[in-house]
Amino acid sequence: MKPSDVSALLDEPACSHNRKSKSGCAKPKPGASAGGCAFDGAQIAMLPIADVAHVVHGPIACAGSSWDNRGTRTTGPTLYKIGMTTDLTEQDVVMGRSEKRLFHAIGQAIDSLHPPAVFVYNTCVPALIGDDLDAVCKAAARHFGVPVVPIDCAGFYGTKNLGNRIGADAMVRHVIGGREPDPLPDAVVAGYAARGIRIHDVNLIGEYNIAGEFWHVAPLFDELGLRILCTLSGDARYHEVQTMHRAEVNMMVCSKAMINVARKLEDSYGTPWFEGSFYGISDMSAALRGFARIIDDPSLGERTEALIAREEARVGGLLAPWRERLSGKRVLLNTGGVKSWSVVSALQDLGMDVVATATKKSTEEDKARIRELMGPEAKMITDGSARALLDLMAELDADIMIAGGRNLYTALKARLPFLDINQEREFGYAGYQGMVELTRQLALTIESPVWAQVRSPAPWASSEVASRRPQARDEDDLILPLDDAPALTIMDAEVA
Amino acid sequence: MAEVRKRSKALSVNPLKTSSTTGAALAFLGIDRAIPMLHGSQGCTAFAKVFFVRHFREPIPLQTTAMDQASTVLGADDNVVEGLETLCRKQGPAMIGLPTTGLSETQGADVRRNVREFRARHPEHDHIAVVPVDTPDYVGCLESGFALAVKSIVDVLVPDDRSRVGRRPKQVNLLVNASLTPGDLEHLRDLVELFGLRPVVLPDIGDSLDGHLIADDFTPLTFGGTPVPEIASLNEAAHTIVVGRSLAAAADLLAERSGVPDSRFDHLMGLAANDRLVRLLAELSGRPVPPRVERWRAQLQDAMVDCHFMLGFARIGIAADPDLLLAMSEFVTAFGAEVVAAVAPDRAASLTDVPTGAVQIGDLEALETLSRAARAQLIISNSHAADSAARLGVPLLRAGFPQYDLVGGYARQWIGYRGGRQALFDLSNLLLAHHGHQDAIAPYHAVLRAPAPGAGTCPPSVPGGGSH
Repeated sequence: MKPSDVSALLDEPACSHNRKSKSGCAKPKPGASAGGCAFDGAQIAMLPIADVAHVVHGPIACAGSSWDNRGTRTTGPTLYKIGMTTDLTEQDVVMGRSEKRLFHAIGQAIDSLHPPAVFVYNTCVPALIGDDLDAVCKAAARHFGVPVVPIDCAGFYGTKNLGNRIGADAMVRHVIGGREPDPLPDAVVAGYAARGIRIHDVNLIGEYNIAGEFWHVAPLFDELGLRILCTLSGDARYHEVQTMHRAEVNMMVCSKAMINVARKLEDSYGTPWFEGSFYGISDMSAALRGFARIIDDPSLGERTEALIAREEARVGGLLAPWRERLSGKRVLLNTGGVKSWSVVSALQDLGMDVVATATKKSTEEDKARIRELMGPEAKMITDGSARALLDLMAELDADIMIAGGRNLYTALKARLPFLDINQEREFGYAGYQGMVELTRQLALTIESPVWAQVRSPAPWASSEVASRRPQARDEDDLILPLDDAPALTIMDAEVA
Repeated sequence: MAEVRKRSKALSVNPLKTSSTTGAALAFLGIDRAIPMLHGSQGCTAFAKVFFVRHFREPIPLQTTAMDQASTVLGADDNVVEGLETLCRKQGPAMIGLPTTGLSETQGADVRRNVREFRARHPEHDHIAVVPVDTPDYVGCLESGFALAVKSIVDVLVPDDRSRVGRRPKQVNLLVNASLTPGDLEHLRDLVELFGLRPVVLPDIGDSLDGHLIADDFTPLTFGGTPVPEIASLNEAAHTIVVGRSLAAAADLLAERSGVPDSRFDHLMGLAANDRLVRLLAELSGRPVPPRVERWRAQLQDAMVDCHFMLGFARIGIAADPDLLLAMSEFVTAFGAEVVAAVAPDRAASLTDVPTGAVQIGDLEALETLSRAARAQLIISNSHAADSAARLGVPLLRAGFPQYDLVGGYARQWIGYRGGRQALFDLSNLLLAHHGHQDAIAPYHAVLRAPAPGAGTCPPSVPGGGSH
């Protein structure tokens, strides 16, 4: 991918902060950086498409440490869980055989697994030696008669966020619009019509079905007569992605990373879109109202309001006892982008007090929303380093840290309650029902009896945990001391 | 002698291999107050970090030279110097490990030259050890990268002085490979100390990644591991014990530098290897074998007798890095089991010694195919093989990297008499729990057998089928 292509992807007219400089994020600093790469981002965004063969073109590090480690779930095919890589060797790199290997690898995937399509993710080494990804994919598609989608996402192109966008851009360029949606069976349409319901087609963009959490929400869509043509990309199928251009409305779920899909569908097909989140009761209700607002169907509006009233009452009852236990607890929230405000609202629904939230990956709009939600005094975390987070926890007297898995063991080592909110988590928090699970998990860690036990020092001594390093040194064992100072000079001096 | 069959497919499906870069990082994580900085793009580090966090359930210090598009094209030498300077100034580590990646190697990095530049520009950080190592991920696997890093540590930190052998008469150097878990290293240390000897383990992930809460709430460096000054004392030991054939080059270098005599073990699993180890420790210390060790040995023998009914002729498939594959294969064949499928991610000289017909260089798909063809009853591999095992309908014993779906896999002790005994129990129990899935005798319903009164013509095996 040329630098000009990268800048084109970073130019996003639908973003309110688009007039700022196009650095993406600040240049990463060697020796003091954290976070993934463009490949990581592209793979996370597209891997949940469950029936596609996802082939990583590169040496082993890219796929070897990352395959099958996402919590996204599927209702059917599990092909996305099969790790596939060209696993390039030195011979391939030096002798220029990597393109040939890729071609045959695509063939092998098609022959043995029969996917409806193959996605090929480019990585740093083939990008650097100049493999022509587009040409190989085109040739393979022609030769094997199966769509092969190139996703040119070498890690050094930029951040994870750029990678999300690269993945999404590949869908817009190569997949969306490739097919018309199948008509619904007459019996289904008639069944809904009998209840006075007209079915509408919608898309969700940026929903990943982590831990199956969207299954808390999906029944509500069915109930309202909203057919989800495609979710990009949780529990999606290739043929569904192809039909995304036919939706009446697109919802951007909880992230702006793939906003280029929504904007391009608006430009090309006039599809309106809105932003929303399924986390928390008020946001969940707002998301459903978003569809009703945009779709011109008065009956949908009425039914949506009835459903919201029913669900809010039901979940309100379930949450009441938990709300009592969690109310007033102080939360430090360190998560990215839209989640920095969408989760705030969920926690406030529980009466919890969000004392600080991260804004590193948030847009200006996100920040404005945070201020609106948390008041002008809202503490915005700018330094997300482990040290700074722990200091802030102490300073603000927070009861729990809510963050991504990367911070999990930082908190646990410091003997602090923690809740994982990101990709790798094992629990679903979306929708009204997800709120009950979120509450349970919050109480589980905040109220756990382990904290008091691990914070108390041993009854016989200081709080020091015994080190097993060779400290007990017999004097007669050593001729010379084992000082930590430059050992050799000291030894040499004494020997002389 | 096993035939080694080379990789036969263009596409690696369900990879078994973990990169050599990741292996090198692991070795550096076994050094006290250290931090590895991978020379590559941010993702190289992010993936390795998540990999270890999920396996060890620990915070993992790992940094990156953060190569971006400009430095990838124009040269990333400054990234290395800047990264080293930043780490030294901000974190004050005792050691920085500097493994390369496929990206930086393809670009033409020379990290040794970068370290010289760093030394010239920043003499104020001269007291901080920097260990560069070439580990492009298109060569080798986790085990070989680990071994290369150990060799580099020896190269940078062990004095070239053969005159001091035995000045620490009780010190025994333990040069250990990537297969040994923190649980293994704890045992090894304890065993050596039982003989009144003083072990120095290199690298010691048993002290840094054993999973323990510390007094401090946070440190950006490893908390535990081989202290750097101790590495400079390796040439004063009485003896070196080397575990794992992947460490041959590192051990050769240590022996050449230090003059310390060594004893080399392929692994420490099962009766024979541990008998040899214990006898060696008794000789080195001049002390008799403690009664407690005698008892452990007798316990292992008892377990071997008890378990040979379940494990004799058991057909086992194993996929692991070469040293671990050899260790597991020799372990299970020593009580009568058969290795019917053996897969390694990359070549190694030791593979020809694996007690089986052939070793396939390949992936977990190969393990699955071979195990199915040979009707394996149990497989031994990492957590990624769980789906393969489920499809094969056989139990999985998790070993190697990564183990993300098992709490405490890193703490498991495989070596020693006691580790061997527990592994025997676990293998037997897995087979017992699955007994009947493959080998049970199919029920035969005699044609002439009289049905129960009133049962009509229904087959007797249908529950509740008696009334019409």
